[in-house]
Amino acid sequence: MRYLTDRKRAVGLGAGGSGTQGHWQMMVRSMIMVVITPLFLITFGLGLGGTYEEALAYYSQPIPAIIIALSLIVGLIQLMCEANEAIEDYIHGVKEKLTLVATKAFAYTLIVAGLFALVKLAL
Amino acid sequence: MVQLTLPKNSRITTGKTWPKPEGATNIRKFQIYRWNPDDGQNPRVDTYFLDMDQCGPMVLDALIKIKNEIDPTLTFRRSCREGICGSCAMNIDGINTLACIYGMDEIKGDVKIYPLPHMPVVKDLIPDLTHFYAQHASIMPWLETKTNRPAKEWKQSIDDRKKLDGLYECVMCASCSTSCPSYWWNGDRYLGPAALLHAYRWIIDSRDEATGERLDELEDPFKLYRCHTIMNCAKTCPKGLNPAKAIAEIKKMMVDRAV
Repeated sequence: MRYLTDRKRAVGLGAGGSGTQGHWQMMVRSMIMVVITPLFLITFGLGLGGTYEEALAYYSQPIPAIIIALSLIVGLIQLMCEANEAIEDYIHGVKEKLTLVATKAFAYTLIVAGLFALVKLAL
Repeated sequence: MVQLTLPKNSRITTGKTWPKPEGATNIRKFQIYRWNPDDGQNPRVDTYFLDMDQCGPMVLDALIKIKNEIDPTLTFRRSCREGICGSCAMNIDGINTLACIYGMDEIKGDVKIYPLPHMPVVKDLIPDLTHFYAQHASIMPWLETKTNRPAKEWKQSIDDRKKLDGLYECVMCASCSTSCPSYWWNGDRYLGPAALLHAYRWIIDSRDEATGERLDELEDPFKLYRCHTIMNCAKTCPKGLNPAKAIAEIKKMMVDRAV
């Protein structure tokens, strides 16, 4: 460290050459969420309160099933990316990498579990 | 991992209370952060009292009066005393601002003065801005040209010149960067609002011919994209500038060329 100039310390290894794609994807997902969140609330709300057979019949219809599936995928990926941002902000070093892996694993597990449950209901 | 509590040797203790001026009727209390690297002590907050009938209206006037008449060891930077040099940036009444243009009438109750937050302290109210200045240098704060024409002056239209308004006025006081939580946690890699505002000032300059290279240099998840639009920078800027808008404009340019 003694031989590093202040300028070199500020520049580091230079620009990573990434970031814009992630930023754009976050914006696109946010816009999708603006449309899909009310649809999810309405669809999910309409499916509440019935018997098991009624719920099966409801989620066998394509529109509720597709809206719930899209909400699961987009919502959880967005949640994962936002959580990753927070982790990159506040946790550094090995802990950061481990937490990022755990968050990704958790989010994808939730997506797969949710889709599996939905498919079981729908088919 | 982010550090949520101060290390033991940085915890602030109660310092010396200096006597009130005799015969004064309009007295104001000042609580000022003090730390001397040479005495091995923890930082402390000293209390001073000033006769406001004998003091100028700005916080810097009070600091100079304290240094001249009460405690000559009080250390702070100051130069122009009119908001142009950016030297006297400090945290006054919880706000990062310039002591020379911050009136004491804007403060209710005691006047509390601390150095700019989350920066290493050199002494008392003087933060170490070495890294901050190095980050500014890294964005190439100069006009970069490749062609040698026109041979004389490079003219700019009135509209192109207007694009620099709200950018060129920045005095690099570091109030914005040191008010930004993203800069607090990732100041080693995130450039911060001041450097990014300056980066945009050169990107948008119609005479500059290195726009692509400048954007390439900022294409990084940490250098640029740690800005989460918290807006503390715009709220605190003593010159009334909006670094968050400049950062948003850079992001728009990045998206325009990438998508």
